[in-house]
Amino acid sequence: MARKLMKGNEAIAAAAVNAGCRYFFGYPITPQNEIMEYLMKELPKVGGSCTQAESEVAAINMVYGAAGAGARVMTSSSSPGISLMQEGISYIAGAELPCVVVDIMRAGPGLGGVQPSQADYFQATKGGGHGDYRLVVLAPSTLQEAVDLTELAFDIADRYRNPVMVLADGMIGQLMEPVEINAHTPAEDLKPKDWATTGTAASGGRKRIINSLYLHPDELELHIRALYEKYAQVERSEVRYELQACEDADIVIVAYGTTARIAKSAIEKCRRMGLRMGLLRPVTLYPYPFEAFEKVMERAKAFLVVEMSMGQMIEDVKIAVAGRRPISFFGRTGGIVPTAEEIAKHAQAALERGAP
Amino acid sequence: MKVVYRKSPGLTDVPMHYCPGCAHGIIHKLVAESLVELDVLGRTIAVAPVGCAVFCYEYFNCDAQEAAHGRAPAVATGIKRVHPDSIVFTYQGDGDLASIGMAEIVHAAMRGENITVIFVNNATYGMTGGQMAPTTLVGQQTTTSPLGRSLVGQGAPLRVSEMLATIEAASYVARVAVSTVARLAVAKRAIKKALKMQVDNKGFSLVEVLSTCPINWGMPPVQAMRWVEQTMIPVFPLGVFKDIDGGT
Repeated sequence: MARKLMKGNEAIAAAAVNAGCRYFFGYPITPQNEIMEYLMKELPKVGGSCTQAESEVAAINMVYGAAGAGARVMTSSSSPGISLMQEGISYIAGAELPCVVVDIMRAGPGLGGVQPSQADYFQATKGGGHGDYRLVVLAPSTLQEAVDLTELAFDIADRYRNPVMVLADGMIGQLMEPVEINAHTPAEDLKPKDWATTGTAASGGRKRIINSLYLHPDELELHIRALYEKYAQVERSEVRYELQACEDADIVIVAYGTTARIAKSAIEKCRRMGLRMGLLRPVTLYPYPFEAFEKVMERAKAFLVVEMSMGQMIEDVKIAVAGRRPISFFGRTGGIVPTAEEIAKHAQAALERGAP
Repeated sequence: MKVVYRKSPGLTDVPMHYCPGCAHGIIHKLVAESLVELDVLGRTIAVAPVGCAVFCYEYFNCDAQEAAHGRAPAVATGIKRVHPDSIVFTYQGDGDLASIGMAEIVHAAMRGENITVIFVNNATYGMTGGQMAPTTLVGQQTTTSPLGRSLVGQGAPLRVSEMLATIEAASYVARVAVSTVARLAVAKRAIKKALKMQVDNKGFSLVEVLSTCPINWGMPPVQAMRWVEQTMIPVFPLGVFKDIDGGT
């Protein structure tokens, strides 16, 4: 397909259809409404359906039902709505159902505001719902990447029978950029869904149950251990990140999504001023790219974490760096997007602090 | 030898965990028999609630999904969108459906989801030990209304069937009881009719079944059945509240 100018939310929706998503359940919330609006028009054309639920709580449970019935299914929301979905996401992970959840982050806490934010890092990556489970989290920084990662999300979800979140911010959702959506072929290793409830007549007589209830602690522990074997495989196979200009970097910025994109313009600015700056951009926030830090550790004198929050991903950076280099933080929050100039200024200061 | 009675093939051979005198077993049987008689068991997907019937997926001999508390109609909606030709029913108690899941049941009915709901009303939270339900009668003692449910501050019981019957897209809404042998035949007809509405693509159907909870009511089983007759039915009148086919 030729490149087409699209709004981020519409591009994500189009990518979902392209990846074989046929069912969507959602509830209106700014700044992601274009996703459901687009799918209301497009899904019926391909034999699917888009349902406006009575709440995010209902929407995620509709996703549970549709995923358990064997379909490729998605929901989307923004931060307060994702908070409401967390219970359902926990059930979906517990019942080992594949689905894609898109979070177009806005500022919180509470009703917060509708401007871009990255303050859902904790609730996305640290188990926003109850219990022992992990959510695979993909963080696009351009619209093309939002398209690619949305398509990938469906394959990862099916491969591991686990919910996958596409975590973007209001900037990605509302921005317009040219994107290319090519025919998507699902990964070849995906197994048939021989666990989905289809009715026993269709499945050859054996009864199938979708469930996350294990009343005996020994059975539940076994179930959770099996989930974590799966997550260990996710950590071995699904880590994604980008390194830019890190070969000779004295200061390495760690940022994802929109913030990473702004950091890229800061790099050019800084290098013109003689400051050797690089970027480590996690693409998967879970599994977190700890290994990427080893590649830059030897050369880097200091790290600067930049987020549109008061500092959430920095906790994973601290685990990755493990005290070996100084880590500084620069964040704007409440819906304010940092500028390249601000990032450059903080990088300079971080390097001075880190390399006396 | 002539077989005069056998367990419905709609039920599995798993021993049920229900308390002595609880009517869930009777209601399961009526649902299972109806599915078999309508010849839809093989394309049926049950949605289990959170509550005493949480394990009903073990007892119905069909595919099933276990839903979060109150969310069974949402889960059923998701299943039905994917498999419109399947027969999807939820089996929910009064706490599940009329308290935490009130939004889901009202909106499933509003959308006219072509699903069937078996709503078991025993006027208490059985599984958690007999707390006050939205259907608990005024004056009824529970662990969270130890002096009896008070009209002031705790309100009067919700009449779910009457309320849902006002929703345009509901095709069939009825309340039945299983407290006498004569009532079983009426209850069975209602359940079968509700499922038939779905088979015929007529939209949302619900049967409220007045049930017993001898343990939490603190009564022997026979007295519990009598309590349904004498105390519950006057508050929750039996009957068909909506039938787009014109029946009453």
